[in-house]
Amino acid sequence: MSERFRSLRQGIQAEFPLLVGVFPFGMIFGAAALGAGLAPAEAQSMSSIVFAGSAQFLTAQLVHAAAPAPVIILTIAIVNLRHVLYSASVAPYVKHLPLRWKGLLAYLLTDEAYAATIVHYEEEGAAPTGHWFFLGAGASLWLTWQLSTALGIFLGANIPKSWPLEFALPLTFIAMLVPMLKDRPMVAAALSAGVVAVLGAALPYKLGLLLAALVGISVGMIAERRS
Amino acid sequence: MSMLLIFIVGGLLTFAMRFSFIYLLGRVPVPESVRRMLRFVPVAVFSAIVAPELLLPSGRLDLSLGNSYLLAGTLAFIAAWWTKNTLITILIGMGILLALKLLF
Repeated sequence: MSERFRSLRQGIQAEFPLLVGVFPFGMIFGAAALGAGLAPAEAQSMSSIVFAGSAQFLTAQLVHAAAPAPVIILTIAIVNLRHVLYSASVAPYVKHLPLRWKGLLAYLLTDEAYAATIVHYEEEGAAPTGHWFFLGAGASLWLTWQLSTALGIFLGANIPKSWPLEFALPLTFIAMLVPMLKDRPMVAAALSAGVVAVLGAALPYKLGLLLAALVGISVGMIAERRS
Repeated sequence: MSMLLIFIVGGLLTFAMRFSFIYLLGRVPVPESVRRMLRFVPVAVFSAIVAPELLLPSGRLDLSLGNSYLLAGTLAFIAAWWTKNTLITILIGMGILLALKLLF
């Protein structure tokens, strides 16, 4: 078995538990998009073109509220600003790749693909076939997102609202977060980001999330300098 | 503006942000200080995603035992600590939340 294929398979395997959390989220999106008045083809094309969970939910809400196009586009952009941080975070590991690989991996750089890939990169460093791991994680997430959206569209209003399916997503992030809390600066970063996210939850465009991430990163760096 | 055009523009902007540093860092060297800073990106972002889901389930701060999201999330946190297993963490958290919703 080639080294590339091995890395690809490892990426899919590492992504698998996150897919379990993402699948119900995608189903809820499909159903919610129809509920907001989007056509099935529109809901599915949003999942493949925008390909960013929380931005898609907000877009569906804004379409439902008949928000003007520039507002929707601006919202998508601001909600996805955190991806600039992800981009910077994985950039050192993919800098040797040809442009078409960089483009493909950037398209696949979602929260969940990033979560599995950055853990791998931090443990293994920039291995020669690391981008195949990234591809395995990103592409399996992509496929899961498309399929779960389609199933959500198909089931539509038949998904009971009382099922707390959306909770699967924060649970996956808890599972990714906990093993990273290895030293005090990391814990300080996580705690401060959490507090600011709660305090800033009422800010528009999910700006509280971005603000919390920036505060967490700063607090982590200060804590590291002291220790 | 048609819906599809909105998605295309939104998707291109999203791609541009995901591509930004992946593209730029191939061209300029990364200073050590930036490298140290980036180490904190995952913990900070993930914590910022999770905290409001547990503490503000209905939009308002709820630290009571009646907040089943906080309770299930805390137990999932402990499960993650113990098992270091993502799948088990999700299943335990989901199971506890469902049980609490059915019981109360």
